[in-house]
Amino acid sequence: MIKEERHVLVIFPHPDDEAFGVSGTISTYIEMGVPVTYACLTLGEMGRNLGNPPFANRETLPQIRKKELQNAAASMGLTDLRMMGLRDKTIEFEDDEKMIQLVTDLIEDTTPSLIISFYPGLSVHPDHDATGRAVVRAVRRIPESERPKLYTIAFANNTAEVLGEPDIIHNVEAVAQKKLNTLNSHASQTVWMMRDMEKRLAEKDPDALKWLHTERFFTYNWDNDFE
Amino acid sequence: MEIVKPDHLQELLDSYANKDVYIHLETTNGAYASHFKEGFFNAGAFIRNVVVKYELGKVAGESPHRVGLKLPSGWIYAQGITHYTVDEHDRLLMCGLDPDGKLAVALEISETPFTY
Repeated sequence: MIKEERHVLVIFPHPDDEAFGVSGTISTYIEMGVPVTYACLTLGEMGRNLGNPPFANRETLPQIRKKELQNAAASMGLTDLRMMGLRDKTIEFEDDEKMIQLVTDLIEDTTPSLIISFYPGLSVHPDHDATGRAVVRAVRRIPESERPKLYTIAFANNTAEVLGEPDIIHNVEAVAQKKLNTLNSHASQTVWMMRDMEKRLAEKDPDALKWLHTERFFTYNWDNDFE
Repeated sequence: MEIVKPDHLQELLDSYANKDVYIHLETTNGAYASHFKEGFFNAGAFIRNVVVKYELGKVAGESPHRVGLKLPSGWIYAQGITHYTVDEHDRLLMCGLDPDGKLAVALEISETPFTY
C-alpha cells in the first residue's frame, strides 16, 4: 500500500538513479494524482560506459544522457523534471552550505510532504552520499512539526548492519511496465544489464521479479542521525 | 571514435603543439569498483580546462598506446589510449576503453574551453 502524499520531491545526482529503486514508486504516485518533482543534480557526465565500438565520447555523453533522462521522465509520466547543472563526481567537493541551500530552495519551492533521496554514508557512490548529506542537513533545519517525511535508499554492503531492514516496502507490480520503460530509457547505462534482466524476467526468476516489483526505503530516523 | 591510427594521431598531436590548449585528463576505475570487489584500492585523477602549451606531443607503443606531452617545465601523459576522434569543435578526444566499452582513461586537447 502506497500512502497518499501532497507532493513528492525526489533528489538524486545521476540520470538513472531514479530508475532502479524508485521509478515504480514515482509512477504510482503520478497515477494516484500526486505531483512529483524530480531534481537531478548532474547529467552523469563521467559515466564510463561508452561501448566498444563506442557509441559516444566523453563530450557527447551528457547530451545523450540528458535525452535519456527526459525519456525516462516521460515513461513515468513525470512532468516536473529539474536538471540542476552540477558535474558528475564533483558533488562532494562543492561548498556544503551551497548544497544545503540548493536543497532548501527545492523544498521551499515545492513544499513536499515526502522527500526521497539517498542515505548518507550507505549509498556507495560519493555523489550519492553527498546528495544524501545535503538533503538530510536541509531537512534537519526545518522545525520538527513542519518537516516532510524523508525516505532514503541505502545499498552499501553493510547497510543491514547499520540500519536493519527497510521499513517502507512498496509493491509496484501494477506499474512494472513503466518501470521497465524507465530503465530502458537509460539505454547507455542499462542496455547490458537489461538484456540479462529481461531474460530472467521471461523465465520468471523469483529474485528478478522481486527486484522489479518491490521498492524498499528506510524512513530517515532523526533519533539516529548520521552526524 | 575510432581505433587509434598512430601516424594520424601523431599528426594531430603535432598540430596542437606550441599553442595554448585546454586539457581534460582523467583516469578511473569507476565509483563502484570497491563496492563490487571489496578491498579493491580505487584510485583515479581528473583535471579539466587547465591551459597548457606543450612543445612536443608523442604517441608511443602498440595499442593500448601511451601519449605524452612535454611542457616547458613539466609533463602530461596518459597510458591505455585505444580510441580517438576530432569532433566538430576541432577538439582532439582520446580515450582508453576496456573490452567491455568502459572508459578507463581520457586525454582531450582543445583550443577552446570544454563545457563546465
